[in-house]
Amino acid sequence: MINNFDRMLSSEDVMRRRASFLQRIHIDGPLLIILLTLAAGSLFVLYSASGKNWDLLSKQATSFGIGLVSMFIIAQLEPRFMARWVPLAYLTGVLLLVVVDVMGHNAMGATRWINIPGVIRFQPSEFMKIIMPATLAWYLSKRTLPPDLKHVAISLVLIGVPFILIVRQPDLGTALLILASGAFVLFMGGLRWRWIISVIAAAVPVAVAMWFFVMHDYQKQRVLTFLDPESDPLGTGWNIIQSKAAIGSGGVFGKGWLLGTQSPLDFLPESHTDFIIAVLGEEFGLVGICMLLIVYLLLIGRGLVITAQAQTLFGKLLAGSLTMTFFVYVFVNIGMVSGLLPVVGVPLPFISYGGTSLVTLLSAFGVLMSIHTHRKWIAQV
Amino acid sequence: MSQPIRLKDHEKDARLVRNRVVVGAVAIMLLVCVLIARLYYLQVIQYDYHSTLSENNRVHVQPIPPTRGLIFDRNGVIIADNRPSFSLTMTRERAGKWPEVLDAIVEVLGLTADDRALFEKRMKQGRRPFEPVPILFELSEDQIARIAVNQFRLPGVEVAAQLVRHYPQGAHFAHSVGYVGRINEKELKTLDPVNYSGTHHIGKTGVERFYEDALHGQVGYEEVETNARGRVLRVLKRTDPIPGKDIVLGLDIKLQEAAELALGGRRGAIVALDPRSGEVLAMVSQPSFDPNLFVTGIGFQAYADLRDSIDRPLFNRVLRGLYPPGSTIKPAVAIAGLDSGVVTAGSRVFDPGYYQLPNYDHKYRNWNRTGDGWVDLDLAIMRSNDTYFYDLAHKMGIDRLSTYMNKFGLGQRVSLDMFEESSGLMPTRQWKRATRRQAWFPGETLILGIGQGYMQTTPLQMAQATALIASKGKWFRPHLAKTIEGQPPVDENPIEDIVLRDPSDWAKVTHGMEQVMHNARGTARAAATGAQYRIAGKSGTAQVVAIKQGEKYDRNKVQERHRDHALFVGFAPADDPKIVVSVMIENGEAGGRVAAPVMRQIMDAWLLDANGQLKTEFAPATVAQEKAQ
Repeated sequence: MINNFDRMLSSEDVMRRRASFLQRIHIDGPLLIILLTLAAGSLFVLYSASGKNWDLLSKQATSFGIGLVSMFIIAQLEPRFMARWVPLAYLTGVLLLVVVDVMGHNAMGATRWINIPGVIRFQPSEFMKIIMPATLAWYLSKRTLPPDLKHVAISLVLIGVPFILIVRQPDLGTALLILASGAFVLFMGGLRWRWIISVIAAAVPVAVAMWFFVMHDYQKQRVLTFLDPESDPLGTGWNIIQSKAAIGSGGVFGKGWLLGTQSPLDFLPESHTDFIIAVLGEEFGLVGICMLLIVYLLLIGRGLVITAQAQTLFGKLLAGSLTMTFFVYVFVNIGMVSGLLPVVGVPLPFISYGGTSLVTLLSAFGVLMSIHTHRKWIAQV
Repeated sequence: MSQPIRLKDHEKDARLVRNRVVVGAVAIMLLVCVLIARLYYLQVIQYDYHSTLSENNRVHVQPIPPTRGLIFDRNGVIIADNRPSFSLTMTRERAGKWPEVLDAIVEVLGLTADDRALFEKRMKQGRRPFEPVPILFELSEDQIARIAVNQFRLPGVEVAAQLVRHYPQGAHFAHSVGYVGRINEKELKTLDPVNYSGTHHIGKTGVERFYEDALHGQVGYEEVETNARGRVLRVLKRTDPIPGKDIVLGLDIKLQEAAELALGGRRGAIVALDPRSGEVLAMVSQPSFDPNLFVTGIGFQAYADLRDSIDRPLFNRVLRGLYPPGSTIKPAVAIAGLDSGVVTAGSRVFDPGYYQLPNYDHKYRNWNRTGDGWVDLDLAIMRSNDTYFYDLAHKMGIDRLSTYMNKFGLGQRVSLDMFEESSGLMPTRQWKRATRRQAWFPGETLILGIGQGYMQTTPLQMAQATALIASKGKWFRPHLAKTIEGQPPVDENPIEDIVLRDPSDWAKVTHGMEQVMHNARGTARAAATGAQYRIAGKSGTAQVVAIKQGEKYDRNKVQERHRDHALFVGFAPADDPKIVVSVMIENGEAGGRVAAPVMRQIMDAWLLDANGQLKTEFAPATVAQEKAQ
């Protein structure tokens, strides 16, 4: 205990020496540098993927700016403050999802948006991407770890309610990501391995049941297409065949920036949103994708360091879950575009075009920065 | 030791989370390795495959069909050209549910269910994916406008401009030049798929068919960059097509029209040849039809009418019509007789009005029942004396007769460049044994001598047999094309010239044929009245229905369609032949009376100028020289 304290003091000394402007405004330098790198890379790839569309580029840059502001604001909030308000935020989020559900049924179709014209327009499911792990982290941080069966059950209910509401929108991709973010809290909280294994074992019959009772035709079609893209080369298999052709034709070094053909000739659908990695793969090759993966790994590595160094259990669980979920985004997106996984609507974090996901992601990293920069000795500096 | 109050052990929690972070980090590293392995597989191992796929996506090779060669008559009048025409095309892959789009087209253009059936048939003939298939041709301005207005309802439907074959002379050359039509499935299997990749039409009959390779040309292509919707963004590379070769025919439109006029509305066939070259100057098979109907696809009803007509307008009588040559064969038989030595110019036969074989009762009748008395070669030809030729044929025997007739082109295809010419039939002992399982009877030889019996010839063969007498045995295969892109057609399988032991025999027979036209007792003397030039000719009659022994042909008892065919062959000027004419008039009855005047009109049209005088180029050499001096 004393040894440990010494070690903490010594690291505190280091911290004190480095206590700088950035730390005082609760910004984590390494994270910020990596995020800015990704933003620059995103605009670079988007310019080509969107067909040199400056309009789209400036919108993305604006979204990035909004996201950075949001990140900065959230980074100022103390983790303890967050923990206090999380339950209310969770209830609000669930309520909004119910509203969306009702509205969707009234509108005789799918909707994912809350839209008060002129005031605000957002997806409650995006909001849940941060609230979900925060809620579980709040709940588990007050219990003894590893969680016992009762607490796990309550946790599953907390995850299950928004999950089902989002599945009903229907938005299976987001629902699964929210499920994952909650599950990672449990994982970080030391969920017993035998339970993890039994859940994985139970997943097979559940998946079968989902196939027959929950999934929509278009979702089933995606899975079928994933299993055999050639079965419908002009229909649903088209996306995968074309994205694989784009990536594969890039080779090791790629065709060169703006020299890709699949995207500008419209063979690659969704080339600036979900399938943007195909453009990167075509124009920059294996080398380009590996460089992006390295940047992602640096970001994830920093997230895991923050998790390990977090002082509160709430901070540890939340930071760990957010970081792991971030990796799931990356893995699912690249896996999907390269034909490893079925097509689910998951954007490539920070690279795909889309303001909502950008703001959510940067907010999540704001939470990480808050957890890292509000550690006690820093506050004393 | 029990602990009633469970205190939170922060150190333990921190350790637990730290362990999980390590597990998570390891899992992440493993999964990143999976991703990289997958990308390595796609980008390195499968690079060639995906690279090709991507390039094929981008670059499409579009064929550019060559322009079909033009066809002219000998004076440069256009017989077949290409006109821009708007057609409606549909691309199956872009139309979605194409049968529904077809319904919409029928509705928009106000067409019938028959048209729709035709569209559907054409759609099914589409070949390559993403190929626009033409389904309706020669759109009117109104139709184009209607399509444009309703374009939103017609995905994959486009109005395309293309060159379509046109025959400005209509029915005049339907049987000689033929026509092009849409490539059908059977032809598709035998065609060069590359060269015909942009071509929708192919020669179906006549010159269009025979010279298809020359007329078609060589396909060109362009490599174009297309987007996913098939729109061409730019041309990367272009290889121009090589247009088809132009063909100048030996046919003369004025002579053709004169021949048709001479034939009047009667069913029949006429061939006019230049005996010095084998060029066909006119070729008439009546009734005829408008070849333009077939270019863009003839309607069911219109086709049924043509096909089922009792007059058989689609039937090419010149090339495929088989008739017993009748007496028109006699000049050739006479040559055979002279050359084989069974007769001489002076040898005579007594004609009592019939001929009898020794030890047979059967009487082979002369057409003139009263008989012509003592008959020599000249008289036999002039009077078309059957008895003389029965005797001649009997003396020659079937074997020699058949061999000689083959030399005149009978029983074989004589033309150089005519599609689907019939070879006719010149019987032999072997032929009869093979087909009838019977021995040859001497009586059958006799009737061959007057062009009856098993013998069957086409009007073209008779023209050629006559041309051989005019050219004194020099063989030129009759041909329609005078030049192909300036080059005369080459006969790669020439027929041996007829060389007589005594070449003066040609003149003896020609003299007899002149008597037919110009002697007071000649069978066609009326047709030569007032001629500016000497004509050598021979009449003939082809029986349609056999007449029983002892029965007399009575025209009033015979139905019109069962009456004899009138035949006539001849050439002029007799001493320096420039034109050979073969005339066949179905159910025309009398060769000398009915067919000979037709021949005369054609010869006049060819040999005389506007003032009714012999054209200088056709005048006898001596006269021309006198004029020159």
